[in-house]
Amino acid sequence: MTNHWADIQNADLVLIMGGNAAEAHPCGFKWVTEAKAHNKARLIVVDPRFNRSASVADLYAPIRTGTDIAFLGGLINYLLANDKIQHEYVRNYTDVSFVVKEGFAFEDGLFNGYDAAKRSYPDKSAWSYEIGADGYAVVDPSLSHPRCVFNLLKNHYSRYTPELVSSVCGTPQETMLKVWEAIAETSRPDKVMTIMYALGWTQHSVGSQMIRTGAMVQLLLGNIGMPGGGMNALRGHSNIQGLTDLGLLSNLLPGYLTLPGDGEQDYAAYIAKRTQKPLRPGQLSYWQNYEKFHVSLMKAWYGKSATVENNWAYDWLPKLDAPGAGYDVLKVFDMMFQGQINGYFCQGFNPIAAFPNKAKVGAALARLKYLVIMDPLATDTSEFWRNAGEFNDVDTAAIQTTVFRLPTTCFAEEDGSLVNSGRWLQWHWKAAEPPGEARTDIAIMAGLFHRLRALYAKEGGAFPEPILNLDWPYLRPDDPAPDELAREFNGRALADVSDPASGAVLAKAGEQLAGFAQLRADGSTASGCWIFSGSWTQAGNQMARRDNADPYGMGQTLGWAWAWPANRRILYNRASADPSGQPWDPAKKRLVWWNGKAWAGTDVPDFKPDSAPQDGMSPFIMNPEGVARFFALDKMAEGPFPEHYEPFETPIGRNPLHGNVQAVSNPAARVFKNDLELFGKAEEFPFVATTYRLTEHFHYWTKHCRLAAITQPEQFVEIGEALARERGITAGDRVKVSSNRGFIKAVAVVTKRLRPLTVDGKTVHQVGIPIHWGFSGVAKNGFITNTLTPFVGDGNTQTPEFKSFLVNVEKV
Amino acid sequence: MDMNRRQFFKVCGVGLGASSLAALGMAPPPAYAETIRHFKLANTRETRNTCPYCSVGCGLIMYSRGDGAKNVVQEIVHIEGDADHPVNRGTLCPKGAGLLDFVHSPNRLKYPEVREAGSNEWKRVSWDEALGRIATLMKADRDANFVTHNANGQTVNRWLSTGFLAASASSNEAGYITHKVVRSLGMLAFDNQARV
Repeated sequence: MTNHWADIQNADLVLIMGGNAAEAHPCGFKWVTEAKAHNKARLIVVDPRFNRSASVADLYAPIRTGTDIAFLGGLINYLLANDKIQHEYVRNYTDVSFVVKEGFAFEDGLFNGYDAAKRSYPDKSAWSYEIGADGYAVVDPSLSHPRCVFNLLKNHYSRYTPELVSSVCGTPQETMLKVWEAIAETSRPDKVMTIMYALGWTQHSVGSQMIRTGAMVQLLLGNIGMPGGGMNALRGHSNIQGLTDLGLLSNLLPGYLTLPGDGEQDYAAYIAKRTQKPLRPGQLSYWQNYEKFHVSLMKAWYGKSATVENNWAYDWLPKLDAPGAGYDVLKVFDMMFQGQINGYFCQGFNPIAAFPNKAKVGAALARLKYLVIMDPLATDTSEFWRNAGEFNDVDTAAIQTTVFRLPTTCFAEEDGSLVNSGRWLQWHWKAAEPPGEARTDIAIMAGLFHRLRALYAKEGGAFPEPILNLDWPYLRPDDPAPDELAREFNGRALADVSDPASGAVLAKAGEQLAGFAQLRADGSTASGCWIFSGSWTQAGNQMARRDNADPYGMGQTLGWAWAWPANRRILYNRASADPSGQPWDPAKKRLVWWNGKAWAGTDVPDFKPDSAPQDGMSPFIMNPEGVARFFALDKMAEGPFPEHYEPFETPIGRNPLHGNVQAVSNPAARVFKNDLELFGKAEEFPFVATTYRLTEHFHYWTKHCRLAAITQPEQFVEIGEALARERGITAGDRVKVSSNRGFIKAVAVVTKRLRPLTVDGKTVHQVGIPIHWGFSGVAKNGFITNTLTPFVGDGNTQTPEFKSFLVNVEKV
Repeated sequence: MDMNRRQFFKVCGVGLGASSLAALGMAPPPAYAETIRHFKLANTRETRNTCPYCSVGCGLIMYSRGDGAKNVVQEIVHIEGDADHPVNRGTLCPKGAGLLDFVHSPNRLKYPEVREAGSNEWKRVSWDEALGRIATLMKADRDANFVTHNANGQTVNRWLSTGFLAASASSNEAGYITHKVVRSLGMLAFDNQARV
């Protein structure tokens, strides 16, 4: 989230699209109710299903799953055509005036530089700004240059007419226009919309671009950085935000630092590439501090062994040879399927249920030599080798994988911190001992590491240096305490750290640092995750703070827990003030402002505190250009502007925006050959399916909990009345739902919530499939829903396309 | 003289004379007071925690029996929303309201186990055996497949034949140390639930 849960109370309009907060985040959804009750806010829900959020909305619009870019692209066109944008914001805080290089083009569904054989754009050099003789990006404040971002944007979305969008999305034109009209009203500086989205946007082959399109709408309306505004990813798991912040992804290091690639052999060049100089005069370009964060990380990991002489142990970092997301799970499971992976660890993760195409995932696991499960519960994955009849029909004796299952503590049995979707790090305390011999994940990792280190010390082996030199200063080496680790990721001074201007000592050697501004690139500081710096300072554990005071009555509660970065509650909040430094709406949207000497306000300013408005620094300080981007440069796989592409399994078999067969579905998405063959066609699988979760269940955990199993005991699928009639199905019948990858059987719920849509002149039925069942647990056993889903991911993140695929439905 | 508790206090309220009534043995039968059920939470410890399900991060209060002393086993008997929490303000959703059943699920794992190749059953093993065997398997695989240089002779120092899937609900502290260990081994096949 750019904002946070309680801040939703400040919204004038709430758009829930690509999520279903009332169902999946009920206690957060109360802030929508609060905004409606006390801020006269309206709620709009756009979703394939008339879901629980829709049931309390002021306006609901149905949409065909996977077509959100078309819907939002149409909205962009509508806003520009009807002049419903926040002019001063757009002009000053975004890249609309930047001139794009000659050579950038978009034709027949593809941007310039496409290589069909590679399914990618190997040459993105024209996707950038024109650079002037002064070394800065060329801008045209008059917005008349034909290649300035504003004109390119306008031109790109001019194709997204209401007629075409309605035909792609299946949304009736009248409803769609009502939604657009309501959203357009928030272009007023004193009206703010928030967008709440979740996996309904991420789990598509064009998911990242859907989210970008939403963000572009918010920029046009001037809603980013505003209280009650922003782009708010609801996030699905209690610490999915924290684990991402800590960089537990193939291509990342903690704090969104990135691993080097094979080509980056030179440390100085690796750093230089990531410390971009400002692209406009007077801009901050905060990533210029990259090396301070990187060196502090390497000091936290390798201590005295990371030195200036060995480039802070640069060679001990593995180098990536996979482009984009690196060795993401789809790639790794495809490698496993090909027999290239020998060992695999699942720490609190249930891939056979959570990944697409269960048959492929199960076959892949069976080719492992060893599998290690660390979990509080008996997961389906831990028993992937067990024959559970038609739910898991495997030949146990033929599966030669050795499986270790290690019991872990659950939340109630440990101290530690979790990051919620609002970026709050909240500390929690242990209340009981775990059952039996269960241990914490920390103790298990420490126990494994110690044994490995002892083996390498004794026997030697492949490249032992990083293992032997990993800094391990914990009081109990086999069981480091959570507070020791929290202090380590916050960071401390290794030598006295002084203010470069005044020479005053800011932190003495050995002291905890107050924040990332104190980090240094000379090895005098250590910090395991720079964005968490400030969470455990010399004053103690800031994450454990419990002051819920709200002095400004805007729900920012700066004394409750601690938010990254720097306890800031709303990102980009400098943009909540106009160029002169005063809030756009001084009455109700007061967040930060220039008080004549410094930036101050109800939140921690997201800006250089002493940069006066007349200095001309722009609010988006992480970008070298200082402004937000409509034109994504070379950052996205599919191109600088989001374009509608059909899901890989499309019910209409073509892309109504262009005739090019290469541009039906995401041309830059990676598809493995054995999966390409398994995509189904509408002739055989005529219905569009989407998966989702229920308020009574949490993924595949709560099927182990009796109360949850009682409230939703049995697997079901939702089908509309028209489809039920067509297939002779009545409520309560058992139905078989099949895709080209397998089938599930479940009880049919026949509902008015799903109505047929008219798409590209055809009638399209959508089917809803909850995900929560499996072959272990106290709930009634069922089929794993991901038996059906396709093994293809988003072109940037490789998040699987769980939300849009084709099925057939028959009565059993 | 027979009277119920309410009447007794009424009498007491009259004044000093009432205490002499009690002194004369006219207090209500003590057995009655013992039938009053004690409040379930009266002798529990309160511990603050955060709901482990979705990412709203609702505050919880967990009530456990036991005084927290060294050899006392705490048992969680009740979990409810933290009314002071600025986001959930005491509320919990149906999942959060049933958290006690997660803590005490019959499917909680209690001991390290191994399923040998081709076997149809779990076998209980000690922690030492489990961790020792896993470390040996890891080292054998790493030593056999670690890549120090790619085909172009560039230093790459990676280990691709073992992968690690990190959790979605483990604490930052567990996540941090997991990352520290996994990267020191040179692993790249490393992701968490955020990927899906």
